[in-house]
Amino acid sequence: MRFKSAGFAFAALAVLFLLPAVLPRYYLYLLSLVLVTGLLATSLNLVLGFGGIYQFHHAVFYGAGAYVFALMLMKTGLPAWLAYVSAPAAAALLSLLMGLICIRLSKLYFGMLQISLGSLVWVVVYRWYGFTGGDDGLQGIPVPGALSSTSGAYIFVLAVCLLCLALMYRIVNSPFGRIFQSIRDNPERSAAIGVDVRQHQLIGLVLAGAFAGVAGALFVTVEGSAFPEMLFWTLSLEILVMCLLGGWLTFWGPMLGAAIIVVLRTWVGIYTDYWTLILGVILMLLIYFLPDGVLGRARKKKTIENPVAGAGKV
Amino acid sequence: MLQIEHLRKCFDGFAAVRDASLQVAPGEMVAVIGPNGAGKTTLFNLITGQLTPDSGRLFFKGENIAGLPAHRICRKGISRSFQVVNIFARMTVFENVQAARLSRLGKTRQLFAAACSMAVPQTMEILESVGLADKRDRIGGSLSHGDQKVLEMAIALGVDPDLLILDEPTAGMSPEETAVVLELMKRLNREMGLTILFCEHDMELVFSISQRIMVMQQGRSILEDTPPRVRCDARVQAAYLGGGDVC
Repeated sequence: MRFKSAGFAFAALAVLFLLPAVLPRYYLYLLSLVLVTGLLATSLNLVLGFGGIYQFHHAVFYGAGAYVFALMLMKTGLPAWLAYVSAPAAAALLSLLMGLICIRLSKLYFGMLQISLGSLVWVVVYRWYGFTGGDDGLQGIPVPGALSSTSGAYIFVLAVCLLCLALMYRIVNSPFGRIFQSIRDNPERSAAIGVDVRQHQLIGLVLAGAFAGVAGALFVTVEGSAFPEMLFWTLSLEILVMCLLGGWLTFWGPMLGAAIIVVLRTWVGIYTDYWTLILGVILMLLIYFLPDGVLGRARKKKTIENPVAGAGKV
Repeated sequence: MLQIEHLRKCFDGFAAVRDASLQVAPGEMVAVIGPNGAGKTTLFNLITGQLTPDSGRLFFKGENIAGLPAHRICRKGISRSFQVVNIFARMTVFENVQAARLSRLGKTRQLFAAACSMAVPQTMEILESVGLADKRDRIGGSLSHGDQKVLEMAIALGVDPDLLILDEPTAGMSPEETAVVLELMKRLNREMGLTILFCEHDMELVFSISQRIMVMQQGRSILEDTPPRVRCDARVQAAYLGGGDVC
């Protein structure tokens, strides 16, 4: 069984890496977007689904990563790899600062303050024409040559996403991940077993911010531009929806949710400008029929059929 | 081991704990009794740092711990269970206790190690001693109320405490489940030398296993003595045991 699933995973990886040979450029581009958005949603779910922290404005760290990456390529002569390292570092730092301010509040109040602070960052990016390009954003970012083709960008995005997902999977299943989940379930009890709740929440926030920063740099790699909508709060709402849609208590749920929404937006967007209307209807149906999300529902079904085997899996 | 001197805690002008004093020596089994609203749970919350005392002193192993946050007090060696079930409801029974073990071992900041192989023998040992080993893969929140209370105790044992505080360990349990918990408390105290401080409404249980009893009334500790003497005290009989000459 284990051997079989390892073989399946290997085959899937091989297919993913060989896709550029057969797939038209447009679909590669779409797939890259799914991967980047999925990475972003998974990084949010690290704190949302596994830490129980209501991070309402996660896109700020995505945007911060994107802008730091873009500005470093445009305004400095530093090598590109340094920009790729700086993006998550800057996002992590911003996440630490915002976390230090917000962490004293709990649940919804944390989320509200986080939205306010995040919107502050957005306003700076949106208005500072001289530096960030304001509402025009940044265009023509000199992405390294090997990554500027659609297939080159796709392979790079795929490799980095897989690495980040593997790291996050390890984190979720590490001792820290266990304690993070215990804090999600019951902060008071966690403190009573000797866990410094706020310290662990901060570590989680910084990690999630860093991975969102990676996603931001990857987006710029694919798109060649950065714009203020990347850190507008509606995007945060959208990735929150992806987590809920895919299943926020599962590891792969947000990835699935991101794929559904990106594909839906692209296809429905061809026929109508009101694609959010379709999304709204889907969301309402979701709340009524799949409150645990798509993957959450699948897992629950498995647990009911076989109570022991399905328990405790992420 | 634990020394409480004139502890006081007010909520909006209402003194839940007015003046409480108590001594617990190593290896003892001490009970706190008193009518509903006497301040027993508030007293426990003050000791373990869920609440901060307004005044008074709180010594554990000679060190003043009054006002420290809960996680620091836990690391000094005091662990507790709660009156209302307080477990990690979405995690398995095994993970519930393992979390406490990981915390005790100081491994909670390890980001890339695999948790599933950590502290397994010790966690299983605790689960076996409380009788939950066969339910290790059940989700905590899906257990029966009695089992959840037992799991609550197992989590508290997971941090390997010197002093175990139990807030009504048998509340809402069937007579059979109560007997199991009683037996467990005896074993922990007598065989493993664990110091236990608990409060309980079941008078039979209190008088049968505790070495000393502290009586609280309206936030004050009014008496601290051995079970036979407490049973004979006129104030206790009037206030709590419903009168009638037992001695």
